[in-house]
Amino acid sequence: MKSNRRSFVRTAIAAAVLSSLGLAAQAQETIKIGVLATLEGPFAAGGADGMRGAELALRERNGMAGGKKVELVKASSNAQPPVAVAAVRKLVEQDKVQIVVGPLSGGEGIAVKDYSKTVPNITIINGSSGAQATTLVDPSPNFFRFNNEGAQWMVGLGEEALKRGYKKVALISEDYSFPYSQVQGFMGQYCKLGGKVVEKIWVPLGHKDFSTAIARIPADIDALLVVLGGADAVNFLTQYEQAGGNKPMIGGSITVSQDVLNYKGKRREALLGTLSAGPNADAYDAPEWKAFVASYKKNFPDGYPSPGLFAVNYYINMKAALDALDAVKGDLSDNQSKYRAALTKLQLKGPTGTITLDHNRQAIGPNFVTEVAKAPDGSFYNKVVSRVEKVDQRLNLSQAEFDKMGIGTRDNPACP
Amino acid sequence: MNTGAGAQAWGPMRSSPSVPGAPSQVSVPSPAGSALAHIRARHVIVLAALLIYPFVATPFFTFQIAAQSMLLGLIALSLMFLAGYGGMVSLSQMTIAGIAGYAVAIFGVSATPEGVVLGWPWWLAVPIAIVASMLVAALIGWLSVRTDGIYTIMITLAVGVALYYLALQNYSVLAGFQGFQKIAPPRLFGIDWRSPTPFYFLTLALALAGYWAVKYVARAPFGLALQGIRDNARRMEALGFDVTAHRVAAHALAGGLAAVGGVLLVWYNGLITPASIATNNLINILIIAVIGGMRHPIGPFLGALVFVLLQNFAIDLVNRERFNLVIGTGFLLIVLFSPDGLLGLWSRLRARLGSGAGKPSPVRRGGA
Amino acid sequence: MSAVLKPGTYPGTDPRSGSVPKRSWRPWILAALWTPAVAFAIWALFFDNAKLFLLTTLNGITLAALYFVVAAGFTLVFGLMKNVNLAHGSLYLLGAYVGYFVGDRSGSWLLAVAAGFAAAAFVGLLLQVAIFRFMPGEDLRQTLVTIGISIIIADVFLWVFGAEVHQFDPPRWIFGSVPFPLVDRYPTYRLALLAIAVVLGVALWLFLQRTRVGMMIRAGVDDRAMLGASGVNVQLVFAITFAIGAGLAGFGGVVGATALSISPGEDTRYLLASLMVVIIGGMGSIPGAAVGALLIALAEQYGVAYAPTYGVVFQFAILVLALAFRPQGILGSAWTAGAKGRK
Repeated sequence: MKSNRRSFVRTAIAAAVLSSLGLAAQAQETIKIGVLATLEGPFAAGGADGMRGAELALRERNGMAGGKKVELVKASSNAQPPVAVAAVRKLVEQDKVQIVVGPLSGGEGIAVKDYSKTVPNITIINGSSGAQATTLVDPSPNFFRFNNEGAQWMVGLGEEALKRGYKKVALISEDYSFPYSQVQGFMGQYCKLGGKVVEKIWVPLGHKDFSTAIARIPADIDALLVVLGGADAVNFLTQYEQAGGNKPMIGGSITVSQDVLNYKGKRREALLGTLSAGPNADAYDAPEWKAFVASYKKNFPDGYPSPGLFAVNYYINMKAALDALDAVKGDLSDNQSKYRAALTKLQLKGPTGTITLDHNRQAIGPNFVTEVAKAPDGSFYNKVVSRVEKVDQRLNLSQAEFDKMGIGTRDNPACP
Repeated sequence: MNTGAGAQAWGPMRSSPSVPGAPSQVSVPSPAGSALAHIRARHVIVLAALLIYPFVATPFFTFQIAAQSMLLGLIALSLMFLAGYGGMVSLSQMTIAGIAGYAVAIFGVSATPEGVVLGWPWWLAVPIAIVASMLVAALIGWLSVRTDGIYTIMITLAVGVALYYLALQNYSVLAGFQGFQKIAPPRLFGIDWRSPTPFYFLTLALALAGYWAVKYVARAPFGLALQGIRDNARRMEALGFDVTAHRVAAHALAGGLAAVGGVLLVWYNGLITPASIATNNLINILIIAVIGGMRHPIGPFLGALVFVLLQNFAIDLVNRERFNLVIGTGFLLIVLFSPDGLLGLWSRLRARLGSGAGKPSPVRRGGA
Repeated sequence: MSAVLKPGTYPGTDPRSGSVPKRSWRPWILAALWTPAVAFAIWALFFDNAKLFLLTTLNGITLAALYFVVAAGFTLVFGLMKNVNLAHGSLYLLGAYVGYFVGDRSGSWLLAVAAGFAAAAFVGLLLQVAIFRFMPGEDLRQTLVTIGISIIIADVFLWVFGAEVHQFDPPRWIFGSVPFPLVDRYPTYRLALLAIAVVLGVALWLFLQRTRVGMMIRAGVDDRAMLGASGVNVQLVFAITFAIGAGLAGFGGVVGATALSISPGEDTRYLLASLMVVIIGGMGSIPGAAVGALLIALAEQYGVAYAPTYGVVFQFAILVLALAFRPQGILGSAWTAGAKGRK
């Protein structure tokens, strides 16, 4: 990483010098921001894209925020919670950063949030992790999350599924906390509006052969809710097709993402029309999104054709960190109390819309319902079906309704 | 150990180190007295340095570097004991440590969305954790030592990975993927044992105790019998030693060391999830022991220090994305060219300077 | 017990004082194991969803075919050389990636299969000739070397191929499904996988029974020292065996990744499957690998169908039972039990 980091620092310095000639005295002072993403292990590609998002937010303002030079210090984990905490501890205690942006995955998020309570003079802003409990259970005063979490990413999908006449669905999903949240986000509205989830098939993590899970899918359903990611999604789709499965599908937020739609292999026509939902949509045509995509492509010719989920989330959180620095003019004194007040009040103008925080410092932001479509060049993409504004962590249900339901688990919620 | 002095397993033994082998003791009249007799100037210097260290180092170096190295070293020490003295390489030592960690979380105080938390006081939870780990270690040992030696590595790996999947899948007790959070050492004598300096001394005390225990056992009749079994099990059997019982007992003892390390690890991290006992972490313990060297109980601690330093600072030196490549290559080079690890390099260096030849390693011998 | 031995001597040279004693309570154990299995099958067939039971059984048998292909190479290498090749999963991944590369360029799936086998066999040969040849009798050190190699290979693949999912494009005639009695239709490719495993098993058996090299390998499995003493070029036999064993892993990589997909982490999965298969079935035994693969794969599939969260516990229970009652594996040869240093 050193060469990357060095060259990046060099660019940042060059940019700072060019943009602030004559303000040298002020520009001397640097603010150090640590960025933690998974640069090792199976999530390495996602972590690298997250890093791109974070860097992009800083490059767009020439490496400056609040009138000061900003230095990024990178850290890496392998998606295991203790490794993430160790990396953040090193950023804070050894590299002396004042702000941390990260981590990437759910379990890491909970662990880093718990750690944040031991360093009250540091502010930690989430990277991309999407566990509900991070901000819902025992929130930390110095942990902020400007991206929506796993359950929020599914809001709007239940309504759309019912509109298409999918009254009875069966679920097939990996068996761990992130899909539990996703399923809850779908079922919250879906069950309330009268939909039925007749069977939940939880497939243990690490189990790659879906043939028997497919055999368990009941015949009398209208559609199949598939909450699988990466290789699991690809394996399932292949095997479902081979087994002659023909039910329409509803996907989770990472089920029909770019990497699954365009994986190295054959394209599956059967996926056309598959509904899914998530915090971003490749084909969203708002000018701020288009500008963001163009900027991403220009800055990272070696990146994905379009910024992925992780790049978007890291971008949003880093942008929040920098916008708030602007708001307080780089003033991190008094245990960063002014800075935190600015973060709390922030009306973040992100590429997907405006994001604000709730009393737990959790994002209330827009969400998209999408559908797989085919571009003229034959590639698959997700076109926007609808957009839900201001999705909160209660999934836009009333407090009483949400409290009754609680956090999603294997069996909760249920409407067979 | 070719000279069997008595036919009884626990009888007093004299030994002559005629078999070229891993750690072997020269002559040991009385185990208890020898502990003091073996103290050398270098021991005093190292101990003094360790005692002063937290007062000159930053909290980061005290906690994340030194304390973590010592507790990982303690877990790796359990592997060194099994492999070095018993000739059995177990890949499930991290699993044993993880079982202790899970037991501390379940019987003691912790927070979890779904699992069982009994909330008993630490003086009940910690002994339960250590005893439970030792029992499981004995069971795994019993399963793995009844066949040919090299099978131990396969069986312990398979058992370790299977237990990882069990922890991942069981929500009703083990809290599944999310595991347990907010686990802290007790507040005792008004000291927060989680803060860097107290935690450092706690870890140091237990690491020294573990180190001393291994050195003591190695000279005790049991340890001598174990080394005899390592070198020639058939002869020891003929002399009336119960080979299987000795090996299972060695697994249980090593399990105790790993369990203490596991309790420290769960206090250090403040949490335990299935990731703690994932395959890469099982292998990491082996890497630590091999890098340090399995010839002497100091090896695992050296290896742990190198490993922790690499893990923390590799990102500043090389591309962190390729951390596994660096660690894998280092491991391979050590196995290929210095089977005794860093200790072997050191003794070879000394041999070159003319102070005696290094002994061959347990790794280089016919198997484990 | 190799730890007992000085380099150069092998368990097979130990005089054996008889085979494993027959225990009078063995029939009772067998009954205890079979009764619930039969009762479960009756319940599933007649009182539950019969089609699900049949499909699950078929899925188990076809998954076993894949496990057998991969584990056969592992058990062959172990049986002859006592080399626990923990890089076996990496060779699986190597075959899969090379096969993908060749298949992608040439458009031929059969060429991809051949390339996967050849690439892994070549690397296996290289390992034997360049490294393991120089560590005769050092079982543990060889095993540690394979661990180091597996860590390196996994990271190099992550570097070169990224974390993206790769999948093969098999010929049309083995993709899709065919009519099948009792369950309507069944995926063609899985049946092809079963056929491949059967052909491979028979071919391996013929090779080991009927060819000169095969006989040498069998002789080596039984008694390595005697093989060397009888004037055979042991190194050549070792190199051939390692190449075949590694090649089978690479071959498994392509046929397995066609059924499922290639992604980082698959190496560990197939290594674990191979370990369980050979521990249960008996190390060094090809029929043992078949039995072990069947047990593991059926446990996995019944687990998903009937007790989704505890499938792995069933596999684990089988492993523990096998080790407790037959430490040498169900079809393992007697020396593994006899060579404990007790005789």
